[in-house]
Amino acid sequence: MRRVYPNKDFCIGCHICELACLTAHSESKDLIIAVREEQASGLRPCKAVYEKGPVCVSLSCRHCENPTCVTACISGALYKDEETGKTKYDESKCVGCWSCLMACPFGAIRRNPSKGKIIKCDLCEGRDMPACVQACPNAALSYEDR
Amino acid sequence: MTYVIVGNGVASVGAIEGIRKLDKEGRIIVVSEENTPTYGRPLISYFLAGKIGLDRMSLRPDDYYEKNNIELKLGSRVTALDPGKKTITLASGESLGYDKLLLATGGIPFMPPIKGLEGSGIYNFTTLAHAETLIQLSQAIRKVVVIGGGLIGLKAAEGLFDNGLSVTIVELAPRVLSAAFDDVAGKLVSNRLENEGLHIRCGNTVEEVLRGDNGDVVGVRLTNGDVLECEAVVVAIGVVPSLCPAKEAGLNIRRGIKVDDYLQTSAADVYAAGDAAEAYDMIMDDARVTPIWPNAYSQGYYAGMNMTEKKKEKHPGGLAMNAIAFYGMATASLGLVNPAPEDGCDVFTYVDEERQAYRKLVFRNDKLIGYVLVGDIDFAGLYTGFVRFQLPLTDEVKQDLKDGQPSALLWPEHDFETRWTPECE
Ligand SMILES: Cc1cc2nc3c(=O)[nH]c(=O)nc-3n(C[C@H](O)[C@H](O)[C@H](O)COP(=O)(O)OP(=O)(O)OC[C@H]3O[C@@H](n4cnc5c(N)ncnc54)[C@H](O)[C@@H]3O)c2cc1C
Ligand code: SF4
Ligand code: SF4
Repeated sequence: MRRVYPNKDFCIGCHICELACLTAHSESKDLIIAVREEQASGLRPCKAVYEKGPVCVSLSCRHCENPTCVTACISGALYKDEETGKTKYDESKCVGCWSCLMACPFGAIRRNPSKGKIIKCDLCEGRDMPACVQACPNAALSYEDR
Repeated sequence: MTYVIVGNGVASVGAIEGIRKLDKEGRIIVVSEENTPTYGRPLISYFLAGKIGLDRMSLRPDDYYEKNNIELKLGSRVTALDPGKKTITLASGESLGYDKLLLATGGIPFMPPIKGLEGSGIYNFTTLAHAETLIQLSQAIRKVVVIGGGLIGLKAAEGLFDNGLSVTIVELAPRVLSAAFDDVAGKLVSNRLENEGLHIRCGNTVEEVLRGDNGDVVGVRLTNGDVLECEAVVVAIGVVPSLCPAKEAGLNIRRGIKVDDYLQTSAADVYAAGDAAEAYDMIMDDARVTPIWPNAYSQGYYAGMNMTEKKKEKHPGGLAMNAIAFYGMATASLGLVNPAPEDGCDVFTYVDEERQAYRKLVFRNDKLIGYVLVGDIDFAGLYTGFVRFQLPLTDEVKQDLKDGQPSALLWPEHDFETRWTPECE
């Protein structure tokens, strides 16, 4: 399956991917409203940029083959899509127990504190290319089938 | 190949998925005492509290059994197992043959020897049926005592309180959540619950359930002599492995049904998984019964794969973990959190009283082997990675973890390249 691959050597730590993700998952689809208003009411990017000295990298859910988040989910909200291989998330089933957030050893799950639900990368359902990959100015993210 | 699975909890679901990954044809029969399709057992506390309805209890879509070609025998208890003849017997007298059997019988509530416990007005909280009973009970009574300040006890208490009851939790240990938490974290949680209006009595237990002339529960007397009025008692001390039919069949049992690294019991072609099983724990480096959801699923999954004989895969070992939220206060605990002095661990703690936040990290040599987080749990998964993969830590990295700044960039370069990158599985 196609996944998003990070490349530390190219990442410049600009956080543009986070903003693109935030916008893509917002109601308004508007960067300014997403950052100013929707973020205040709980919206978070699925991506996170990590920095250590001069090195930085942008990470999100890796859509594992055998995902521990699915193993941990008590409500059936997280599941593996047999056809696409994606680790999918049905928000209407989530009860906000944070079991998956603790269980994912890649730290790929965040909380929407106001909704009491999780936020996780869906590889931009409905788009051909995930917004983060498209937005990265230095090709530090690629979307490919390796 | 005919697979028979006893039990229909999450270990059973894991096994179905493990078998079907490798064997699309084999016959799978699931026999279970409970009369419902599989549901999220931990969800019963959300159901009791009125946060979700029955429609959200099911763990898998309605067509799950049909799609996976499963023969379901619900509402049937397995009473006997003959590993020699490879048959099981149901309460109805019906007998079923198997090529591979999985015992995913889960746990049953532990009932301590307490005077007056026999009779009406005594409840448990481990099944959907229990939750339904407690909801009805809440309409009829005003005061309840919950025995047990562990995860299940606190969740029962919270749910009953949300139904308008006056609730007192009685816990033998000096703090709540004694197994998964330490004093500081336990105190933060009990403060939170007490602020909401629940009552907690630690370091005490119920010596006798007091009954009126007609036999109804009227209260409990504690070991210190105090009497608490109540009309019902919920016993929620925890669960013990459910050993029927394993015990009668003579399988090797310590606390739970003993299994090897492949989840096989002492009998050929008989496997066990979940709350019923005693399996290898990666941090304890020994066999344990760890009655938690993720272990049950993953043990079931590995047992299922191994039962097909198409793969022989060692289970990586259990890892104790619990994430629980109480009235908005999030907590997470994982691995070894209360090391004994002789374990030679380096324990780091950080408390922020104002923000009601707490962080405890347990290191052994150059590895992280456990943590407790209260309040700020957003980085829990990143800490989990260090424990799960037993990544070696330099002093500098240890310091970053202590400072609350875990990151995948702190992984050793080689581990990042080989484990983080999705192609490496
Ligand atoms: C209120 C509550 C909250 C919880 N919260 C959490 C949580 O937040 N996180 C977490 O990790 N864990 C939690 N747990 C624990 C978790 O639910 C269990 O670890 C998990 O459900 C175990 O799954 P299992 O498949 O091993 O057994 P079970 O789910 O117990 O299933 C066993 C099934 O086997 C059936 N059975 C038993 N014996 C027989 C027989 N002889 N014949 C036929 N059928 C039989 C039983 O009826 C039962 O349906 C919670 C538990 C409770 C009760
Ligand atoms: S959330 Fe974590 S465990 Fe789940 S698929 Fe993504 S990276 Fe894997
Ligand atoms: S927080 Fe939601 S998605 Fe995560 S384990 Fe709990 S119910 Fe499942």
